[in-house]
Amino acid sequence: MAIEYLGLSEINGPLVVLEGVKNASYEEIVEFHMDDGTRKIGRIIEIYEDKAVIQVFEGTDGMSLGNTHTRLTGRPMEIGLSPEILGRTFNGIGQPIDGLGDITPDVKLNINGLPLNPVAREYPRNYINTGISAIDGLTTLIRGQKLPIFSGNGLPHDKLAAQIVQQASLGEDSDEDFAIVFAAMGVKYDVAEFFRRTFEESGAADHVVMFLNLANDPVVERLLTPKIALTAAEYLAFEKGMHILVILTDITSFCEAMREVSSSKGEIPSRKGYPGYLYSELATLYERAGIVKGKPGSVTQIPILTMPNDDITHPIPDLTGYITEGQIVLDRQLHGQAIYPPINVLPSLSRLMKDGIGEGYTRADHQDVANQLFSCYAKVGDARALASVIGEDELSPLDKRYLVFGKAFESEFVGQSETENRSITETLDKGWELLGLLPKEELDRIDTKILDKYYHETVR
Amino acid sequence: MSNTGIIYGVNGPVIYLKGDSGFKISEMVYVGPEHLVGEIIGLKKGMTTVQVFEETTGLKPGDTVTGTGDAISVLLGPGIIHNIFDGIQRPLEEIAKASGKYISRGVSVDSLDTEKRWNTHITVKEGDVVGPGSVIAETQETDSILHKSMVPPNLTEATVIHAASDGAYTILEPIVTIQFTDGTTKDLALAQKWPIRIPRPTHKRFPASVPLVTGQRILDTLFPIAKGGTAAVPGGFGTGKTMTQHQIAKWSDADIIIYIGCGERGNEMTQVLEDFSKLIDPKSGNLMMDRTTLIANTSNMPVAAREASIYTGVTLAEYYRDMGYDVAIMADSTSRWAEALRELSGRLEEMPAEEGFPAYLASKLSAFYERAGMMQNLNGTEGSVSIIGAVSPQGGDFSEPVTQNTKRFVRCFWGLDKSLAYARHFPAIHWLTSYSEYLEDLTPWYREHVSPKFVADRNQLMAILNQESSLMEIVKLIGSDVLPDDQKLTLEIARVIRLGFLQQNAFHAEDTCVPMEKQFKMMEIILYLYEKCRALINRGMPVSVLKEGNNIFEKIISIKYDVANNQLDKFDQYKQDIDTFYDNIMKKNG
Repeated sequence: MAIEYLGLSEINGPLVVLEGVKNASYEEIVEFHMDDGTRKIGRIIEIYEDKAVIQVFEGTDGMSLGNTHTRLTGRPMEIGLSPEILGRTFNGIGQPIDGLGDITPDVKLNINGLPLNPVAREYPRNYINTGISAIDGLTTLIRGQKLPIFSGNGLPHDKLAAQIVQQASLGEDSDEDFAIVFAAMGVKYDVAEFFRRTFEESGAADHVVMFLNLANDPVVERLLTPKIALTAAEYLAFEKGMHILVILTDITSFCEAMREVSSSKGEIPSRKGYPGYLYSELATLYERAGIVKGKPGSVTQIPILTMPNDDITHPIPDLTGYITEGQIVLDRQLHGQAIYPPINVLPSLSRLMKDGIGEGYTRADHQDVANQLFSCYAKVGDARALASVIGEDELSPLDKRYLVFGKAFESEFVGQSETENRSITETLDKGWELLGLLPKEELDRIDTKILDKYYHETVR
Repeated sequence: MSNTGIIYGVNGPVIYLKGDSGFKISEMVYVGPEHLVGEIIGLKKGMTTVQVFEETTGLKPGDTVTGTGDAISVLLGPGIIHNIFDGIQRPLEEIAKASGKYISRGVSVDSLDTEKRWNTHITVKEGDVVGPGSVIAETQETDSILHKSMVPPNLTEATVIHAASDGAYTILEPIVTIQFTDGTTKDLALAQKWPIRIPRPTHKRFPASVPLVTGQRILDTLFPIAKGGTAAVPGGFGTGKTMTQHQIAKWSDADIIIYIGCGERGNEMTQVLEDFSKLIDPKSGNLMMDRTTLIANTSNMPVAAREASIYTGVTLAEYYRDMGYDVAIMADSTSRWAEALRELSGRLEEMPAEEGFPAYLASKLSAFYERAGMMQNLNGTEGSVSIIGAVSPQGGDFSEPVTQNTKRFVRCFWGLDKSLAYARHFPAIHWLTSYSEYLEDLTPWYREHVSPKFVADRNQLMAILNQESSLMEIVKLIGSDVLPDDQKLTLEIARVIRLGFLQQNAFHAEDTCVPMEKQFKMMEIILYLYEKCRALINRGMPVSVLKEGNNIFEKIISIKYDVANNQLDKFDQYKQDIDTFYDNIMKKNG
């Protein structure tokens, strides 16, 4: 089958144009051989009759119009998978880089995946105890959910993600069926190393699959990394019945790579130069989380994205928020006050929370406590704004109590140590303790029966 | 006579054919060896443009494209209700049977079950004269819905020359034969086809006069939508667009709900499907699903089908309207649809207008919303299509093109607010940014069916809320202590309105849906409290005195939980309580 084409007609950034091809199909993978023996792979992203536009994953360095031999593979991008991938490390396009040799694949799967039929989905309801009060209490993580961390450069999102992984997976209910798929896109070496070390120290290294595309690796490879990682996750979850937690970091680099390729293709940009299909592309990643009816496994996603300039309305966090089932937002101001984890609970949200908490899941008062904490903490903002105008002394006694509550909420409920693993009962009791700082009639979101049962005034 | 063409180029969901293929614009075509469904969207001399509703991976130049001769259309007949389709009316259950848990490409399934036999009552007999829209047969489609098969609206008047007897028929079996005046005959079956991009004709349009009662206080009382009306629900992520749509889909008094999940989350559609298969419709006592059709084109499904999904939905709605039903469409979200337009427009290399959206965004949006309306159908019945479209503005900023253009064509605007959502005040519809132009049209209905005082009360409520917002400006600067007592009272009553009336708990069995009568009584009791308190303040009593002891304000706030929807006589007790409260204070301090 292998016809080789010699030469290219154009090279433009990560894209090359090949003319005179026969039988090329859309999204087909091609292989390049250079005269000096290097090999690269690429993907056809546009075809017009006999002219194919090809995206080169490893970058076009060293390619010239004359020295390149191109061979069509006749297949879309596939990755070979088997249970052996657990504990291994791969590069951004799925080649092993840990020196342990190739894996023997059981199956070869198309990395693009297919949309999961909504009627075959099972609605996620089982909550994951992360041991972090701000998450468990207010933005509960559910198995099969996609819950991103919206962060900024310099904020401890990596630490938080690592803590979630350690406490959620490797706590008491840890079992053999749990695994982590870690995909790094354009992250610094130190970050990848931090995660690797954390996994190793917690003894989970043989349950982790890592796909690393570091900041100095070819940009275009980044477009494949999350897809390969998710294909591996789906394989482990739905073929092997495991519960998979996928960490994708950093989505922003993935989007930047998409913009780079789009602009070299000469596409019409929409917002901030990102291509019009940014939403669809992100959706095809995030929607690969979930639970399938009749299968034991699940895929839970925690994508991490750094908001450019901490701007939550930037297209990347904005479109992400419209697809994912909530978000955990980190805040620079809280971080500045040395509160860890610096989660700003007001814009944070978990959409699946309402069906996974309460009687039978966590505790009957969970929803009410969460609503009340949100509502009271929102009022703290008003009181603080007023205090900054008229001074704290002039505030009404009630507003003063709100200020006390706000401070305690941030340092005691949100704030905890990096190793502290709180149970859900501890979290909720802490919530009641803080609500006790406020007069009972201020608590208007709680059912009267629950209020009478749990409320007790806290005196400090 | 099926035309064929040869693929020349592929770019994402858009493919190009070379040569004059003889296709018509909007014609449905099958693409490549896997028979992917596509639609002709552009014709030039020597070049045809096709959008493909499925993933195009693996297509090659040289593959053939076969025409069907028909515009892209939906199959209308019994079996639509209680079903879940993708954007081009392929039933997802059948796809799951054919291709497993993932939606693979080129799955060929019938839109409706063509083998099921429906018990049919034929309503015409030989010799009857029928016209477009005339009902020829009736079928009990679900426990809630009686399906009426009609003469397609594009035919002319004709005489029935053969009518089958009552019995069980499949949807494609001919049951009635009609003869036109020119002597030609045509067989009619239970089902008919209709192109999705063409509105089904009607006789005439009525002005809005009846509200679509949703059971949601802030909507029904403050910003009502009429049957046949249009509303937009814009809001950033997490503000509760989907929740609002779910609530309306569950509790509104429409006969049929078409829920379009356009580019949204897969889990959300699963949730609707699960919930609606369990919940009981309070009006009919049947399952919610028995009056609901879901169209799910989730965000990871192909973008061209997302563009088609809202047209598919509105065409199904019009079909049931023609039978005389009130249909409500939930389109969640129209921004995803607009983005699909933008994506396709970008692939077609069209000149972009604002923020990359194509210049025809506004005209497409208006054409969609204008398909709503309270109509007199061709067969003389009256039915309505109401459209409630969610808008997901970029960055929660309402000045972006989709929100602004939508605002021009809808008459009801329910603006969701981030700060309300952050404080978990739900529904987070902001009373100052929202409006409804239907209020005036519906005033006679409220006067007749609820109370003559209704609209005046509603306006008073709005006035208090508006006063509160301007007082809050002052409070933000100098605190509330310095306000005079009458203004403090305004703040106190506004709080009662916000917490006790506007806030509604969707997860509370009683509070999730509230009948008009209770809404009115709640409003009355709050205003009665206001009146009595004002009388006390006018006698020089400070607000702090009013809040002493057994707090009446808190009691009124929790009416929403404490008074069940069927115990409205309890309100008299509350009125007495307010009187006692008044008398006590007068006795003590007067």
